Amino acid sequence: MRTRRAARAGQYLALLAYLVFLSFPFLWLLSTAFKPPRELGSLHPTWIPKDPTLANFRQAFDEQPLLDALFNSLVAAVGAAVVAVLIATPLAYVIARRRSLLSRAATGWVVVSQAFPFVLVIIPLFLVLKNLRLIDSVPGLIMVYVVWALPFALWMLVGYVRAVPPELEEAAAVDGAGRARTLVSVTAPLLAPGIVATALFAFVTAWNEFFFALVLLKSPEKQTLPVVLTHFIGAEGVADLGPLAAAAFLATLPSLVIFAVIQRRITGGMLAGAVKS
Amino acid sequence: MRARVLVVVLLLLLTGCSSGGGRDDGRITLRFQSLAWQQESVEANKELVKEWNAAHPDIQVEYVQGSWDGVHDQLLTSFEGGEAPDIIHDASDDLADFAYGGYLADLTDLLPERLKADIPRRSWETTTFGDGVYGVPFLQEPRVLVANATWLKEAGVRVPTPEKPWTWAEFRAVTEELSGDGKYGVAWPLKEPVSATLNLSLSSGGRMFHRGPDGKVEIRFGDADAVIPRTVHEQVNTDRSAAGSTLGMGGSDTLPGFFGGRYAMVPLGFSYRQQIVQQAPKGFDWQVLPAPAGADGLAQGVSPQTLSIAEDSPHQRQAAAFIDFMLRPENMVRLALGDWMLPTGAEALRDPALRTQKHDWATGTALAAHLRSAPAQSVRGYPEWKDKIATPALQEYYSGAIGLDELRERLVEDGNLVLARYQR
Repeated sequence: MRTRRAARAGQYLALLAYLVFLSFPFLWLLSTAFKPPRELGSLHPTWIPKDPTLANFRQAFDEQPLLDALFNSLVAAVGAAVVAVLIATPLAYVIARRRSLLSRAATGWVVVSQAFPFVLVIIPLFLVLKNLRLIDSVPGLIMVYVVWALPFALWMLVGYVRAVPPELEEAAAVDGAGRARTLVSVTAPLLAPGIVATALFAFVTAWNEFFFALVLLKSPEKQTLPVVLTHFIGAEGVADLGPLAAAAFLATLPSLVIFAVIQRRITGGMLAGAVKS
Repeated sequence: MRARVLVVVLLLLLTGCSSGGGRDDGRITLRFQSLAWQQESVEANKELVKEWNAAHPDIQVEYVQGSWDGVHDQLLTSFEGGEAPDIIHDASDDLADFAYGGYLADLTDLLPERLKADIPRRSWETTTFGDGVYGVPFLQEPRVLVANATWLKEAGVRVPTPEKPWTWAEFRAVTEELSGDGKYGVAWPLKEPVSATLNLSLSSGGRMFHRGPDGKVEIRFGDADAVIPRTVHEQVNTDRSAAGSTLGMGGSDTLPGFFGGRYAMVPLGFSYRQQIVQQAPKGFDWQVLPAPAGADGLAQGVSPQTLSIAEDSPHQRQAAAFIDFMLRPENMVRLALGDWMLPTGAEALRDPALRTQKHDWATGTALAAHLRSAPAQSVRGYPEWKDKIATPALQEYYSGAIGLDELRERLVEDGNLVLARYQR
C-alpha cells in the first residue's frame, strides 16, 4: 500500500516538474511584461517583479496598433481554420473510404508537399497573388494559410475518418438512412473531435505565422500580430524587452483561451480510435 | 443590360487599382519603408515625413513600417513581384545582392552635389558596388568599450581617450589587472563573432579579403589578421580576464553581469547606450571608451544604415529629392539622436547636440573619422563563408577548442573553396 502511495506521489511530482518545464517560458514572459527596465537589467532576476508596472503595456499600445493587429490575426487565423476544415473534411473522407490509386497518390503528395520551405514558394506565390490582386489583403493571406495548412490538416483528418468503423455507416444504411443522412447523423458527430483538433492546428499555424504576413501585407493597418511584434526588435536582435514581452503576452492570450474552451473536445479527438473495439 | 453595367464597373475598379503611385491630378505618392524601431527614432522619421508632405503637396510620402527581422527576404520578394517600396531603408551589408541583381537604382546621377559632398568618401565606399552607388549611408555606429567607471578609477588604470587610446597589448594587460575573484576585466559578447572580428581587425591592419587585378577575391590570414582573435583567445583561455560564458551571448545579454559588477568592460555598439541609460541601476557610473588601437590606429569597419531607391520606381528623381530632404544636416542630427547612432554627414557631426559629454556622445563623434567600410561586405559568397566556415571556426577558437593554425586553415582553405564557387 505504502509502495503504491509512493509511486503515485512520484508520478504527481514528475507531472508537476513537466508542467513547470512547459509553463516556464510563459511564466517568465508574464514576469518580464510587468518589470520596469532596471529590473530587466538585474543580475539576479526575480520571478515576482519587485516594482511591478503597467508601463510596458502602455508603451506597447502607444507605439504599435496592437488591437488592429489582434483583430487581423483573429480574422486570418479563424478564416484559415474554417476554410481548411471545410475543404479537408470531405477530401479526407473520400481518401479514407475510397482506397484507389488516386487516394494513395494524394496521400503521397500531402507528405511530399511538407518538404517545401517557405523561401522556395514565396516568390511564385507572391506573383500568383499579385495577379489575383490579393497582395496586401487579409483574404489573400487566408488563402495562403489554407494552402499551407491543408496538407497536414488533410493527413490528420484521414486518420480520424479511418478510425470511424465503416460498419456504423453500413448499419445506418441497413436501417434505411440515405448517404447524406448517414454522413450528417452518424459520421459527422464521430468526426467532431478530429475536426476540432484539425481546426485548432490550422488556427495555431496561422496565428503564429510571420513570414508570409510580413511579405504579403504592406499596409500598417492590415498587419498581423507576429509582424507587429517584430517592430519591438532592432538590428542584430536588440529588443525593447519590456514592451515586447507585454505585447507577446497579450498575443498568447487568445490561443490560450481557445485551447481552454475546447480542451475537452481536443482530448476526445486525440483519444478517438485509440482503442480498437 | 445589368451584366454589362457590372462588367463596366469591374473594369473601372480594376483600372483604379493599378495607379503605379501616380494620379490624374499630377500628385504622386512615394512609399518609404523605414526600419526605425525605437520610439524616438520612429517619431523622428514620422515627423520628417509629415514635414515633407506639408511642404510638397504634389509629392506625398507614405510611411511604411518595416522590420529588421526578415527584411532581406521581404525586399527580395517585393522586388521580384514588382511591388517594392520606392524608398528603402536597409544596411549597407545587405545591399550587395540587390545592387548586383539590378533591383536598386544607381544614385550617382540622382543625388544633389550637396549630399554627395557632405558624406565622406569612406562612407560612400560602403554602398558602392561595381561602378554604381546603390544607397546613401546615413547612420553608423562604432564598436566601443562601455566601462564601469568606478571600477576603473578604483583600479587606478589609465583611462583611454580617442586621442590616446589603449593598444591591444595594453588592453589585454588592463583586463588582466582588473580580473580576479570571479570577476572579469571584459565580457566579449560574440554571438556574431565574424563581423566583430573583421571590423575590429582593421585597427591592426587586418584585411583578410584581398582583391586581385582580375577582380577575384582571395582570403589570406596574416599576422595583422591574427591580432584581435589572438587577444580574445588569450583573454578567455590563458589570462582568464574575459568571461568564457559570454562568448555565445548577444550584447544585451551581457548587461546584467556588467551592471552587477561581474565585468569591468563590455565591447558594444555605440547605440547600446540607450539600453544602458534605461536599465543601469541608480548611481551606476559608466563611460564610453574607444576600442583599442593597433598599427592602423582606431580604424574599424562599419556597415551603415542606408536609404536606397528601387530601380522599378517610376519616380526616382522625386525619391532622391525626399532622401536629400531627410538627410539635410539638421534632419540627420534628429535621426542620429533618435537611434543613438552617429550620422555620416560631416555637417551633422559638427552639431553641438552630438558633441556633448552627456551619455558620451563626444567620444563616439571623435571616432567617426576612423570608421571604414566593413571588410568583405561587397564580396560575393561572403554570407556563406560567414555562416558555414568563419562563425563556427571563430567560436571554436575563442572557446579554446582549436588553435590558431587550425583557425587559419579553416578560414583560408575552406573559405577560398567557398568563394571560388561564386567567382567562376
